[in-house]
Amino acid sequence: METAQQGGFSFDLCKRNEFFAAKGVQHPGFTKTGTTIAGLIFKDGVVLGADTRSTAGSTVADKNCEKIHFIAPNIYCCGAGTAADTENVTGMVASQLELHRYATGTQSRVVTAMTLLKGHLFKYQGHVSAALVLGGVDFRGPHLFTVYPHGSTDSLPFATMGSGSLNAMAVFEAGFKDDMSREEAMALVARAIRSGVMNDLGSGSNVDLCIITKDGVEYLRNHEYLQTKTYERQFPQKFASGSVPVVRERVYDIRRAVQVVEGEPMEMEVS
Amino acid sequence: MAAALPVRASVPAAGQAVKQHATWSPYDDNGGTVVAVAGDDYCVVAASTRMSTGYSILTRNKSKILQLNPKCVIASAGMQADQETLHKVLHSRHVTYQFNHRKPMACPAMAQLLSNTLYYKRFFPYYTFNLCAGLDDEGRGAVYTYDAIGSYERVGYGCQGNGKELVQPVLDNQLKAASPLALPPQQWLSSLPLEQAVDLVKGAFVSAGERDIYTGDDVEILIITKDCIKTDRLELKRD
Repeated sequence: METAQQGGFSFDLCKRNEFFAAKGVQHPGFTKTGTTIAGLIFKDGVVLGADTRSTAGSTVADKNCEKIHFIAPNIYCCGAGTAADTENVTGMVASQLELHRYATGTQSRVVTAMTLLKGHLFKYQGHVSAALVLGGVDFRGPHLFTVYPHGSTDSLPFATMGSGSLNAMAVFEAGFKDDMSREEAMALVARAIRSGVMNDLGSGSNVDLCIITKDGVEYLRNHEYLQTKTYERQFPQKFASGSVPVVRERVYDIRRAVQVVEGEPMEMEVS
Repeated sequence: MAAALPVRASVPAAGQAVKQHATWSPYDDNGGTVVAVAGDDYCVVAASTRMSTGYSILTRNKSKILQLNPKCVIASAGMQADQETLHKVLHSRHVTYQFNHRKPMACPAMAQLLSNTLYYKRFFPYYTFNLCAGLDDEGRGAVYTYDAIGSYERVGYGCQGNGKELVQPVLDNQLKAASPLALPPQQWLSSLPLEQAVDLVKGAFVSAGERDIYTGDDVEILIITKDCIKTDRLELKRD
């Protein structure tokens, strides 16, 4: 019997893949962001933080990636887990919220984003591996949530996720106070991320921060740049011009095929 | 592929428990990278000092190099417990050798001993990836590379451990040394001056430290010449 496709992923190939796996076929892996992400609520809003290392197995795939994703002008979300899942799930929710704002003409609420995220993640029973720290400020005030890959959520005053979550949580447990100032909060989140960067092999490179208050957002990309290369070659390899032999040379005169016409700049409607 | 045999139904009899495989492994990978470059009258041996398990750093300062005598050292990556045991065994064998022969063991002899020691545990191997390096009887640099069960070869330079996929191609490109066994005979010792060889090794480690999460913290560098073994140290990134 044919059943109508209800949307979402097709799991038709799971049986086939199991068969292949039993025969010893290796399947390609995913880029997992072994990660430290964290957030906390302070007096005027929310501070989110993330490291910038992305790993594929034991190699560093990206030394400076962005893990704090845009959800709405007043809401941002840190992502850990499979890079593709965190990027797409936050993108989908961001787009749904934007349409919702056009329909209602009101600011998005953090709980709405959280509900959309958990709904999606629960539907996929943990197969969408996104572990998120969602933070924002709406008319009810600052909010901070953790969202787990299976769709459970917590509302917390301070939260951490990713492979460096224990390192970061240790710092939060030692240093968190209610109603911190903006500077105190930024310093504590940066210290929590730094703890993950230094002590967790899945996390590394730089510290990104995002501070959300009712008056606006400050996204501090590479707020802390921790370490540069420790050694420069004294005898660097120099390839002299002509090191590579030219096997064949062909010169095209594109002016015979292409005609370049100067035009007037177009008026663009900006409103 | 082997022909499919009829499979006997593996349903356990009533009251009989299913035999299970062990869910634990006696092995662990504690990471690290070791490199050695042989020159005409020197040998450079280097090893990262980070020791880790999974995503955790156990220590930032664990030497992976065993100095047996002024002409021979052994550097091992892999599992720390097996490194320690192997180094202890080799050290003890070296002491006994000196009692019997009244001289330290030469590097090629040590290389053979290491191979034998590894193959002795053919069916429960030491989980170590070794380099034996030093100076041979003619005073030329010597590097021997191994697999975990004792297959070995003398080479002009070598690399073992987690960063080998990153470092070995760089050394191949820069040193291009052939195997000393290749026929017709080719130049296989690095003709680089010592300072340039050390610079190359340092550069290789810094690059490996950028991209391999198990290589970092520090590099311990031994410079072996006929007069002495000099120790150098380079900091790597600690993240």
